[in-house]
Amino acid sequence: MDALSEAFRLIITLDADLFEILWLSIRVSLSALAISAVIGLPLGTWLAIAKFPGRKFFILLLNALMGMPPVVVGLIVYLLLSRSGPLGWLGLLYTPSAMIIAQVVLITPIIAALSNQVIEHLHQEYSDTFYSMGITGSRALMAYLVDARYALTTCILAGFGRAIAEVGAVIIVGGNIDHLTRVMTTAIALETSKGNLTLALGLGVVLLTLSLLVNALVIGVREYAAKRQYA
Amino acid sequence: MKHLIISVALAFSAHTLADTIIVQSTTSTQNSGLYDYLLPLLEKDTGIMGTGIKVNVVAVGTGQAIKNARRCDGDVLLVHAKSAEEKFVADGYGDYRRDLMYNDFVIIGPKADPANLAGARDVIDALQRIKQAGAKFASRGDDSGTHKKERSLWQAAAIDPGAGSGQWYLETGSGMGATLNTGVSLGAYVLTDRATWIAFANKQDADILFEGNPALFNQYGVIPVSAEKCPNVNREAAETFAQWLLSDAGQAAIRAYQVDGKQLFFPNAD
Repeated sequence: MDALSEAFRLIITLDADLFEILWLSIRVSLSALAISAVIGLPLGTWLAIAKFPGRKFFILLLNALMGMPPVVVGLIVYLLLSRSGPLGWLGLLYTPSAMIIAQVVLITPIIAALSNQVIEHLHQEYSDTFYSMGITGSRALMAYLVDARYALTTCILAGFGRAIAEVGAVIIVGGNIDHLTRVMTTAIALETSKGNLTLALGLGVVLLTLSLLVNALVIGVREYAAKRQYA
Repeated sequence: MKHLIISVALAFSAHTLADTIIVQSTTSTQNSGLYDYLLPLLEKDTGIMGTGIKVNVVAVGTGQAIKNARRCDGDVLLVHAKSAEEKFVADGYGDYRRDLMYNDFVIIGPKADPANLAGARDVIDALQRIKQAGAKFASRGDDSGTHKKERSLWQAAAIDPGAGSGQWYLETGSGMGATLNTGVSLGAYVLTDRATWIAFANKQDADILFEGNPALFNQYGVIPVSAEKCPNVNREAAETFAQWLLSDAGQAAIRAYQVDGKQLFFPNAD
């Protein structure tokens, strides 16, 4: 109850720090989501319709990567971006870009694996029709993506949920630097470690509310578009 | 894809201006709010001097901070484990090490004090009492400065707490705050720096039960990372940062910082 009123207080007082942190969380996770969707959706679709040896193994691998612990992803990206690592010259460690990269690594497998299942299902239904119409290759890939767009929003939301909620990866590559790389989850971890449990829980409520809004928005748009299409 | 990553990278790397430094730091200086108080003063002072710098703090345990700095992922090191710091400099990763400030460690625990630390002669006796009473002790277990200190104290008390790991000796492998949360909830004793404890907001039924022993002295040091080992460091801004902290203005600011009317850090630049 205290946490709810704390969350309410943070929001109605328009706490400037809170909004800065909230905005960075959204910016980082949405950027990661956009990049992951551009990679993951075509990859998942292609794996559903392509035929090549080792395809099943590749899909298995993607599914396994969905269970990758964020802290491991964070560690790998840290070692790559560290000034003494192979990509150190980019100077990206402890920046929001590093956090985006880590989240892309984390959620691309999720989006690819989930969309793969959606499209595989569709493919069983459509493959003969597409074949007889001569729709193959990249045209078939596009056709599937467009046709399954509503089902695919769920895959994207799953990716977003993972990105906005994780703390293990962003705290390692971002460093939880105040006014630079502090996001909602790392702020919650920090406040917990300071013993400010009510404030930490309040931030958690705010984050949950944000997640609720994003989901409602996406599902709302989906319902609206679906209704118009079949009206 | 590569272009996308690079363009996204460029869009954000505007943050990393030439006058920005990263401080690899222990957690107590952040969790106690010291940086929130010091950094605006430092940025203002150095700004007037025309060498304005922006300071980004990465607060991890001392052990991890030193490892990160060895990978060149920091321009300055601000930690509290003197022998590890001296080794860092001796290995060529730091140009020099200066004493910055001190405070002390304390042992906190449940007010009921089942091991009767109140009657302990010194810190060795205090630890022996915890062991003999079969009381719980929560350890950082993360190679931080506080953990290094704690291990040296057990050694001095001729006790091997590792033998009771998971039974009475609980290694959290976490930061000071997380370990305090665990310790307080389990009614365990915890060795903590005083600053983190005073600023800690979830004290519940716990209090300081042992303090004021010379062996509990806690010295903080500052080290600019060597530009020879790490060509990417912003050595000039790191020097500005270190010299401000060691200057009269910096030392006075450290002295002035209080939480709940208590001074947390005592400047002692040499």
